[in-house]
Amino acid sequence: MHESRTFRTIRFIGLAGLMVFTVTPLYVIVSTAVKPLGDVQNVFHWIPSTITFQAFVDVWSTVPLARYFVNSLIVATCSSVFSVALAVLAAYAISRYTFRGRELFRMAVLSTQMFPGILFLLPLYLIYVNIGQLTGLKLNGNLSGLIITYLTLTLPFSIWMLVGYFNSIPRDLDEAGLVDGASPTRVLWSIVLPAARPGIVAVGIYAFMTSWSEALFASVLTDSASKTLAVGFAEFTTQIAVYWNQIMAASVVVSVPIVAGFLLMQRYLVQGLTAGAVK
Amino acid sequence: MVTPVGTRPAVPAVPRTGRRRGWSPSRRVLPYLLIGPALLFELLVHVIPMLTGVSISFLQLNQFYLRRWLQAPFAGLANYRIAFDLQSEIGLDLLRSVGITLAYSAVVVSVSWLFGIFGATLLQSSVRGRSLLRTFFLIPYALPVFTAVIVWKFMLDHDSGLVNHVLAGTGLGDGNTFWLLGDNAFISMALIGIWRLWPFALLTLMAGLQSIPTEVYEAAEVDGANRWQQFTGLTLPMLRPVNQVLVLVLFLWTFNDFNVPFTLFAGSTPASADLVSVHVYQSSFITWNFGLGSAMSVTLLVFLLVVTSLYIAVTSRRARNA
Repeated sequence: MHESRTFRTIRFIGLAGLMVFTVTPLYVIVSTAVKPLGDVQNVFHWIPSTITFQAFVDVWSTVPLARYFVNSLIVATCSSVFSVALAVLAAYAISRYTFRGRELFRMAVLSTQMFPGILFLLPLYLIYVNIGQLTGLKLNGNLSGLIITYLTLTLPFSIWMLVGYFNSIPRDLDEAGLVDGASPTRVLWSIVLPAARPGIVAVGIYAFMTSWSEALFASVLTDSASKTLAVGFAEFTTQIAVYWNQIMAASVVVSVPIVAGFLLMQRYLVQGLTAGAVK
Repeated sequence: MVTPVGTRPAVPAVPRTGRRRGWSPSRRVLPYLLIGPALLFELLVHVIPMLTGVSISFLQLNQFYLRRWLQAPFAGLANYRIAFDLQSEIGLDLLRSVGITLAYSAVVVSVSWLFGIFGATLLQSSVRGRSLLRTFFLIPYALPVFTAVIVWKFMLDHDSGLVNHVLAGTGLGDGNTFWLLGDNAFISMALIGIWRLWPFALLTLMAGLQSIPTEVYEAAEVDGANRWQQFTGLTLPMLRPVNQVLVLVLFLWTFNDFNVPFTLFAGSTPASADLVSVHVYQSSFITWNFGLGSAMSVTLLVFLLVVTSLYIAVTSRRARNA
């Protein structure tokens, strides 16, 4: 397509503007993390006076960052693995079978996206406490309740996206497998799943990111030993608000795994969104 | 096909004829087995708590009954009367909080969408460094919410923040603004919301643009349509189904947003940034009046249901008429 001079100018200015808006905070995170404490206590400096990695060392003893980190890692990993597994099964049923209640289930799952979290936070807390009193299975104040909660919170969007993805895989493939004598579970495992890998990866990233960042349920369902990063960080700022270099070092530590994972998988994410959400 | 446990052969018999194996459930039962686990968790975490929440809203559940909440006395509509009473502080505060939340959603959704469509259209052309730009644009969305919020909190800091430093340096401001207090808190929160969410709009719209065949544009160009005419006459109508979902999702996310104000203000939210989920959270846990808190949440749910149904009805009708 022919590109006029005006278009090129607008494009340059537009992209540059978006780039400055996006990158400035990212630069601030990284540059502040390697500043000495003196650089962050008075006026803002663009360039660190010296580069030091002291903040990365100190941050582990200032707050129990390692514990928050491990808690978040356990919660996000378990909930996303279970969420993906359950979503795959449910989405396979919706995509490949007609059964009574299918539309009802689909609509009910989607409509849960509308629930304000605050509506079922209090009842959920009370239900977990009661389950604990009745069965001795403790679900509040530790990680298990949080895992169950997150895996459910991410299920609806995951099912929705995977149904779209499975629908885009030709049925002839499974039919051929069934004719060859494979069971439906075998067909799902060795024919549908490999073909749907991008969608499954996308859903897994979504579930992991959501659990990694969630603060509302974590603030009520955890105690000081089971606190996750999302809750730990909020108090972090009130406690040591002047140690900005340490806060930014901690931000780098907790962001790098997730951002790296996201960027490595972004191709899958775009494919997954295109098949699942857009079409 | 029921086999008594004791008589089950050690090695499952595989029928030579027919495609089904011995342990494989029938076609009628299988879909229910597949959705079963998901359904179970949905019931436990979404459906039952929601129904419990609705029933709690009719109870006088305050700190006296918290330990034995099943015995809390029935209160009828009393909680709703308090929440809706615009003569009282509680009712007025709730209404104001809903208004602030709607304003926050409106600003964040519209600006995020504008940035998203602008960026997606510009990246659609073959500009150099396209994939690198896209990668950078997506980072704010990939960043955990709390780190995104905290870096802005530092940048907006009165004494050692970048924003005041730049404003004073360029002469655009006096460099003495408290960005996280008073009415400024709303602007700051909206700015952070946009920074975090516009990449999602970009991602979705880029996926949407990719599904428009290039021949359509080539045909339009032959007809002499300029870039702007192609955008309004072709791109926007073709993106309508994508936009319908995208705007709704962005609206629901921002309206129910808790993570951003929770991390930004850590418990002491200024009145101008009192988003409704934080408002209900604080009024429930400060006064321990869960009956009233539930009544407020149910009101929100009904409000969102009405808004969403209206939105879907209107946008779908317009799509049919188009």
